[in-house]
Amino acid sequence: MTKTKSTPDAVMAATRRQFLVGSVAGGLMMAFAVNHTALGAARTLGAGAYEPSIWFQIGPDGRILVNIAKAEMGQHVGTALARVVAEELEADWADIEIVHVDSDPKWGYMVTGGSWSVHTSFDQLSRAGAAGRIALLEAGAQMLGVAPDQCRARNSMVMCGDVSVSYGEIVAAGKIDRTFTDKELAALGLKPASARRVLGGAVKALDIPTKTTGEARYGLDAQVEGMLYARPVLPPTRYGSKVLSVDERAAKAVKGYRQTVALEDPSGVCQGWLAVVADSTHAAIKAADALKVDWQAGPRATMDEAGILAEGERLVNDARAGALWVQEGDVDAAFQSADKIVETTYRTHSVLHFQLEPVNALAFEKDGHWHIHSGNQWQSLILPVLAQALAVEESRITLHQYYLGGGFGRRLYGDYMIPAALTAKAIKKPVKMIFTRSDDTGFDCVRSPSVQKVRSALDANGMPIAYDHAAAAGWPTASMAPGFLAEKVEGGGKADSFSISGSDHWYSIPNQRVRAIKNTVAQETFLPGWLRSVGPGWIGWAVEQHMDELAHAAGKDPVAFRLALLDGKGRNAGEAPASTGGALRLKAVLARAAEKAGWAKRDALPKGEGMGVATCFGQERGMPTWVACIAHVAVDQDKGDVRVKRLTSVVDVGTVVHPDGALAQMEGSTLWGLSMALYESTAIENGMVSDRNLDTYSPLRMDQVPELDIEFIQNDHMPSGLGEPGVIVVAPAIANAIFHATGLRVRDLPIKLKA
Amino acid sequence: MVHFTVNGQSVTVDAPDDTPFLWVLRDKLGLMGTKFGCGIAQCGACTVHQDGIAIRSCVTQLSDLEGAEITTIEGLSETGEHPLQQAWVEEQVPQCGYCQSGQIMQAAQLLDEVENPTDDDIDNYMSGNLCRCMAYIRIRKAIKRAAQIQTGGQIQTGGQNHD
Repeated sequence: MTKTKSTPDAVMAATRRQFLVGSVAGGLMMAFAVNHTALGAARTLGAGAYEPSIWFQIGPDGRILVNIAKAEMGQHVGTALARVVAEELEADWADIEIVHVDSDPKWGYMVTGGSWSVHTSFDQLSRAGAAGRIALLEAGAQMLGVAPDQCRARNSMVMCGDVSVSYGEIVAAGKIDRTFTDKELAALGLKPASARRVLGGAVKALDIPTKTTGEARYGLDAQVEGMLYARPVLPPTRYGSKVLSVDERAAKAVKGYRQTVALEDPSGVCQGWLAVVADSTHAAIKAADALKVDWQAGPRATMDEAGILAEGERLVNDARAGALWVQEGDVDAAFQSADKIVETTYRTHSVLHFQLEPVNALAFEKDGHWHIHSGNQWQSLILPVLAQALAVEESRITLHQYYLGGGFGRRLYGDYMIPAALTAKAIKKPVKMIFTRSDDTGFDCVRSPSVQKVRSALDANGMPIAYDHAAAAGWPTASMAPGFLAEKVEGGGKADSFSISGSDHWYSIPNQRVRAIKNTVAQETFLPGWLRSVGPGWIGWAVEQHMDELAHAAGKDPVAFRLALLDGKGRNAGEAPASTGGALRLKAVLARAAEKAGWAKRDALPKGEGMGVATCFGQERGMPTWVACIAHVAVDQDKGDVRVKRLTSVVDVGTVVHPDGALAQMEGSTLWGLSMALYESTAIENGMVSDRNLDTYSPLRMDQVPELDIEFIQNDHMPSGLGEPGVIVVAPAIANAIFHATGLRVRDLPIKLKA
Repeated sequence: MVHFTVNGQSVTVDAPDDTPFLWVLRDKLGLMGTKFGCGIAQCGACTVHQDGIAIRSCVTQLSDLEGAEITTIEGLSETGEHPLQQAWVEEQVPQCGYCQSGQIMQAAQLLDEVENPTDDDIDNYMSGNLCRCMAYIRIRKAIKRAAQIQTGGQIQTGGQNHD
């Protein structure tokens, strides 16, 4: 464990504790616990004296219930995590059930994001499953009257020769009391990949059936007796607006209108907000439209996209700006000996989350305790903010989890719960607050516009000898979780890793410098958000186009140029277990993608068609998912039209826990990448998001889907994550393909060609 | 007072005439399977059938429903085993699942009109339904599979398909 709690590493670190397996109330419970006393596992568990970060239980009927503390937002995370448990537990998959839990502190730190879930839970869940199996096997052997070493566990049974006893029968006997110490747990031998029976096999996701019948429950569906409906009334700026006057006359004419509440928010999330309360959703929406409010707008009321980008441009050209993220060798000296210098600047524009379920929350106080019903990705982040807003202890607030009608990073920040809770507090009644789509997008924490300057030096052989990258954008972490800002280079200042990851690439270049720069103008205008693929999603736009531009300057093939730089040496050798193999694994997926896509024949494509390549290593150097993508495009320059014909992606994520779910994540994330490359973007105008609904915001539709060819490398390395990496490679691969097809270099995202 | 049937049940609703039917279903009738996405008929999450035709309930006013026969996702099949629902599970279509009620209701009308839809038919009928998780490839496959289940025949292949 690292010393400071407030780093991503600390959040991700598996907290190893004692593991208890004990008979409790007719069932068998398994949990991690600290401060376990001499009471024994069964009594400790029975007394609830455990602090599990995960646990599961088996009933006397043999049903195995796995508690899932991760948010379900389309990734079938419960299925993936339960399969990890089932593998080592030797459970029959048909016996497994999952439940998504509330925000009780016993579940430990709760966050679902960063494509972390499987990666960070894999070892712990595997060991938990193995410990459970051993306890069951010992108890089962005793029941069979044989030695444990003569038994084996399979399909929720303990077997010895031709006799067997089921897990349910063992549990019903109620005699298990077993404690594994930290050391014992760590020493448990886990199965080699060749012996796995569950992981990697076909399975249907547990959450899917109710998502086809209308029975799945999302935050929007939460109800409680006696609740009123509310809609927020948003101020003209995210920060610093004040309500000057409110004219309710027209609102009062709306049938069902009750009142308007001016929200006083000690947490500072809602600045100049009002809430309209009514007897129905329709009345709340209509009355809020009818309300006339006069605000004094905040200081950034006239800021726009161009102004934010201009500040970014200034910052990347200020050598003193920002925090050092990479510092290798002597960059300045290397530039002195350069044969050729390539300097390019890349921009990305604001992007909306546009998760299909607009944000919402049901809030009420009952018997001195607050209940917030809402779908959320980062309960541990918003709980203290809610406590501040409501002026109560965190222990008096419970967040009740629902399915998320899309997360994509939007629901990492539960700010939408604050106005619901404040309204409920003000009117002393349960409040169901629904944001309309326009409210949702206006209040979205958009992906910040960005400016990146990359400058590289090539030697006489056309090999890069120095790489100097500066990236300026609004930093999500600075506003929402400042404790997570980290100093990467000693004395180099603190950076938001979520706004610079991806620049620390695996290409071997001897001298490298990367600066992460916070764009304060962006920061003061809107709340920058974490959006699917986060930093690498826009950092990759620069890194992978720049690599192409270097290859072109060196007169080399872009794939061959990259392959030569992916030598897996020095800092790029990788480290067991998370990045075993290092850059050589990226090299392998790149070579495979080129082979599959027919790269070698790309110069024989018809006029106007081209192929481009990009690679990425997922979300973080410490947890790489290796991806290479080849885009095949057809460009009509007269019409300014770009059509993507095929995207070929090859992925190495290590062990594939849930193959069909993994493929679904790659399909969805690849199309997200395409959507952001060609179809999605907005602009900040007068301090706010300008595109508020689908009349002007246009994510990819069915008829725009190209051919996808996605392949997974099979190996048994530690699993990484898959929710996001597929996004990163698509836009730069398309831009590089456009260059190949036309000679035009597009450095602004989204891609727009002039007709 | 407006009278109509929902999933075969007669109902009478007392609400302002301009109430979008989506909110009547959700707030008044407790049918939560139909979802709110955009409110301007551009995403399809709120799709239900009015007299057998797929409509966007977020822009359909209550007063337009006098005498109508409405079917929602809850009423598409008594057992939840409509060929589309079977196919949706078999092809593992939903990710977050939020748009899927609307996708299935839209696809149901497609299958009513075109027994064995091609990719182009599917694009024409389904491009008004946004899937933000972008499970489009699987939606397309599942519609073809449902057609196959429904007709007991083979999946349509030929020049108009493009996958």
